[in-house]
Amino acid sequence: MGTALVETLRGAVRFAGSRRGAPVTIRVDGVAIAAHDGETVATALLAAGLRAVRTSAIRREPRGPLCLMGTCQDCAVEIDGATDLACQRFVRDGMVIALVDGAGA
Amino acid sequence: MKPGVAVIGGGPAGIGAALSAARAGLAVTLFDEQPGAGGQVYRPLPAPFAADSGPDAEVGRRLRAELAASSVDARFARKVWFVGPAADGYEVRAVGPEGAETLTAPRLIAATGTTERIVPFPGWTTPGVMGLAATTIMLKAQHLLPGANVVVAGVGPLLAAVAVGILKQGGRVAAVVDLAGVGEWAAAMPAMAARGDLLARGIGWVAQIKRAGVPMLARHAVVAVDGGDRVTAVHVAPVDASGRPSGPSRTIAADSLAIGHGLIPATEIPRILGAAVEYDAARGGWITRADAYGATTVPGLYVAGDGAGIAGAAAALEGGRLAGLAAARDAGVLPADRFAAESAPLLAASRRAARFGGAMARMMAIRPGLVAAIAHDTVVCRCEDVTRGEIDEAIGAGARDVNQLKSWTRCGMGPCQARICGDVVGELIAPAVGGRLAAGISTARPPLRPLPYHALAGTFAYDELNLPAPAPS
Repeated sequence: MGTALVETLRGAVRFAGSRRGAPVTIRVDGVAIAAHDGETVATALLAAGLRAVRTSAIRREPRGPLCLMGTCQDCAVEIDGATDLACQRFVRDGMVIALVDGAGA
Repeated sequence: MKPGVAVIGGGPAGIGAALSAARAGLAVTLFDEQPGAGGQVYRPLPAPFAADSGPDAEVGRRLRAELAASSVDARFARKVWFVGPAADGYEVRAVGPEGAETLTAPRLIAATGTTERIVPFPGWTTPGVMGLAATTIMLKAQHLLPGANVVVAGVGPLLAAVAVGILKQGGRVAAVVDLAGVGEWAAAMPAMAARGDLLARGIGWVAQIKRAGVPMLARHAVVAVDGGDRVTAVHVAPVDASGRPSGPSRTIAADSLAIGHGLIPATEIPRILGAAVEYDAARGGWITRADAYGATTVPGLYVAGDGAGIAGAAAALEGGRLAGLAAARDAGVLPADRFAAESAPLLAASRRAARFGGAMARMMAIRPGLVAAIAHDTVVCRCEDVTRGEIDEAIGAGARDVNQLKSWTRCGMGPCQARICGDVVGELIAPAVGGRLAAGISTARPPLRPLPYHALAGTFAYDELNLPAPAPS
């Protein structure tokens, strides 16, 4: 059910002709998401239509990746139990991601 | 080989610096946050993707090959979180895949590049609004289109580069929205002609955009984004030369927005080390004071590339080479005559490239009217959700510079440490305090990046801890 849900969201679009790495699966808040070796967590999330990856610290408004180069900190999520930047980490098969509410744990 | 020099940053400037210092006989250690060399402009496509082609991919490949073949100890995926003076030079602390690292070097070259400026507007925090530089990274290094229907907006050469990058992959660009007017581009042409190759490439890009039938709105700005948790529409309006909206807005349907209002040099490391900085809007804002070779006001500290003042990627490579040579000369491994002979052609090439880059930097300078038009309840500081209204209130209550504003409102105090909002905040307070110099710049302090505590603590046994004796009862 979860997979069907994310496929209906409009996300970033992988290049049609691009030859990507081997398929991997990551779990985002319990939902399986297909990605490819060589993609960052941010790319996998955006391509799955998950543009909002956290809420802001004070107003709790939806936020997503802004700079993709490790500066803005707006893509900080929980990766395998520790807060890290989605744009600075490559996906690994079986990786467990939790989207973050506010300042996080 | 003599010790040595630490280079922070693995873009064209850092690579150029590392290679020329190493060739001159210095031991060089290079640190970069990214997984591979190239910086943002020549960022590599990760190995699992099939190899790419194109001029930037080619330059990047060549630089990476040269670096790999050199004696440089190049350390990637390293977050440099601390720099400080040491008895015999500078101490650099980083966290990488193998944990914490400390290096001491007699000399340090900061080649830390830039941050993209985005002047806030209602809806700019909506997921799906991303930087032009971020979009370049998606396209080049992840083979990803930002969405199915993208508005590309802001100012500078990245506008056309991003629009063409999307079109080339069969993506749809809803509009290109340029702060600059046609006259500004015409005025920049003579300086851009200093690098005819880059000018020709830019003209080719514009022709491709026009052929695709994409509307190009000159002297327009994005004034709002609708959507809440995703982008549904982008509102644009004509602006005057200062960027101030000057007419009725119209609505463009889109599912994403790529936007950037120029580049801001990253000066945190030189500032932590006490180097003098100066304000020059035409070179990106606050820049480190340096001579033609990148030597700062602090002995043994050099700057290179866009982090030393926006001049573009082509100038960055030569500027880096010059800084590497200057470090080698000052270390005593490069005699003055050889320094003069090797630096002269680099200096000429870097000045030529900087004429092109300088014209782009002037066009990308902060537009005061665009900043002045930020709405009262628009969030300016994304980390701490501080609005224009709260900032104005603090200015009205007597805040005299950006650091006082930070203390009073938390603006710039969050995880990005004012890298995203700081330049705009300086511009907001400047009129009340007598200009950008008086407004100052947010104090830079370690840690330079947020770090998990375990990255610093590492692994240890509890019985190894040096605990103080319990207080007498």
